[in-house]
Formats: sequence, C-alpha cells, structure tokens
Amino acid sequence: MKKDFFKVANIKINSRLIVGTGKYKNLRETAEAIKASGADMVTVAVRRVNIQDKKKPLLMDFVSPKKYKYLPNTAGCYNSNEALRTLRLAREIGGWKLVKLEVLGDRKTLYPNMIETIKSTKILVREGFKVMVYCTDDPIQAKILEDNGASAIMPLASPIGSGLGIQNKLNISMIIKNTKLPVIVDAGIGTASDATIAMEMGCDGVLINSAIAQSKKPILMAESFKNAVISGRQSFLAVRMKKSIIGNPSSSFKNLI
Amino acid sequence: MAKIQLNGKKITLENKTSVLNLLVKYKIDYLKVAIELNGKILPKMKFKKRLLKNKDKLEVVQFIGGG
Repeated sequence: MKKDFFKVANIKINSRLIVGTGKYKNLRETAEAIKASGADMVTVAVRRVNIQDKKKPLLMDFVSPKKYKYLPNTAGCYNSNEALRTLRLAREIGGWKLVKLEVLGDRKTLYPNMIETIKSTKILVREGFKVMVYCTDDPIQAKILEDNGASAIMPLASPIGSGLGIQNKLNISMIIKNTKLPVIVDAGIGTASDATIAMEMGCDGVLINSAIAQSKKPILMAESFKNAVISGRQSFLAVRMKKSIIGNPSSSFKNLI
Repeated sequence: MAKIQLNGKKITLENKTSVLNLLVKYKIDYLKVAIELNGKILPKMKFKKRLLKNKDKLEVVQFIGGG
C-alpha cells in the first residue's frame, strides 16, 4: 500500500493510529512504545510542574514535539470552564491549535457530558482552535458537533480504559455515514482486533492508550496495533466479499473425478 | 520579601523577583511551560518584566503523559 495518511483541519497525519502517552511504567517505555506503534500524533495531558523535584524527567525530553505531533487533551475535566482553561494553557506552552476536547460526565463511567462538550466546542472554535472532540457514540450528537465547527469526531467504542471494544457497531457506522469529518474511534479499544474492526468499518483512525500501556508487553502490543490498523484499513479499501447464508465452494465442480 | 503561592504551595521570594527569575530558580525551562498568574494566562514575553508581588498566585503547567 502507498504511504497512507489522513487529514484533520488540513493537517496531515501520517499514521491512522494515534496513541496516548499515559499509564506507562516510565518515560523510556512510553518513548519505545510510541516508536513501535509508528504513530505520528500523540495525546498529552496538561498538569502542574512538580516544583518539589527539580530533576523529574519531562515527557518532552523523551517524546520530542519536533518528531511527533502533540495533541493536548483535556482528560480529567468535568466541565466547560476546566476544559477551556486547560486548552488555553496548552496553546500557550507552544502554540498548539489542534487539540482534543474531552469533558467527562461522571467518575465511574467516564462517559462524556455532551452538553458541556458542545458548549466548549463552540467557544474553542470561536477562539481559533481546531477541535477534535471525544463524544458519545450518538450520530445526532456527532452531527451537532460537526455543525458547530468540530474538526474531527471521536466517538467512544466503550468506556475509557475498559478494554471492552466496540459495543455499538451500528452507531459508529451511522456516525461515519452521517459526517464529512474524520471519525476516530477513541476509548475502550481492548486489543488489536478491535482496532482492525474499527478500521474495516471505515473509521479514519483509532486512538489507543490503555490497550497498549496496560498490556504485559507494551512495545510488542504497540507494534501489533500498528499492523492491526494497517490491516483494517487495507481490508476496508479492498471491500469485503458479500455475505451469504449458504455455502459456496472454493473449488469448481467441473471435471470432478 | 514577597509571599506568593506557586502551584498550590506557599513560598517566600526576595523582592523584585521576576517570573523568569523564579523559573530559573526552580530549573524550569520557560519554553516547556505555560503560566497562569492570578487566574489569567501570562504570555511568555512578560515573564522577564513581571515582578512577583505579595499574594500572587502562580500556576506553572507542562505536558505530561496522558490519553
């Protein structure tokens, strides 16, 4: 396959696998797993600098923002104000305009609060941000986000960190069909085959963190996801055979002995 | 002396300490952080000029690993 890429807000992303940088054993492992994944874009969180420990290693020293496209995320925000504050600060660190908005609704399910999410999207778009939006797997909410200027739709497969895979394939298909924006399945992917399924369905990309970081061998799993995403994309482009409820022999009955 | 709050912690600084001086003191690379001063973003170009005063509240943030 030719070099594959997709675009979000006219920014070229050279791998359909986007990876998170959280939950790894250490920053060295983070860096190695990202390299093995072949990802071009990585999500990052905004937090206070540790002022007690001056020698604490920094993510930027292990995962260079010159080499990878940083996608600042609002993980841990439960309302619009917190999310806006986080992304404005993220932009200030080094000019990031392409961001991932994630406004959570409750601590147990980590399900998105769509009212706060839509409200934040409108404000961020007005302020010049390009917003990739984590959302419920609801085609109507996805359409509302598109109408309000979102740059990408990021529906959940299942709750964040659950590893349950795509729970509602029908809804994800409807979202893909209804929008012109890139659709990136975010949250809940548990293993490589889940990513393949998402790509076969026609998603533009997938975002993975826990499934790689929490596996027994994150670097090997990162490579597995790289292949899974490529495989799913190729399968989508090749267009699968028709399904049939009766058998259809692979060998001809002609000239049978 | 100026008593300020840095990332939730109370600290005391010498008079006429600028935001940039403070970052140098804590070995923080100004290029890798953003600062909120009393609830408002302080642009990097003001780090050198802005002197810290009593009761200033400073939040210094950076990127860390996240999903």
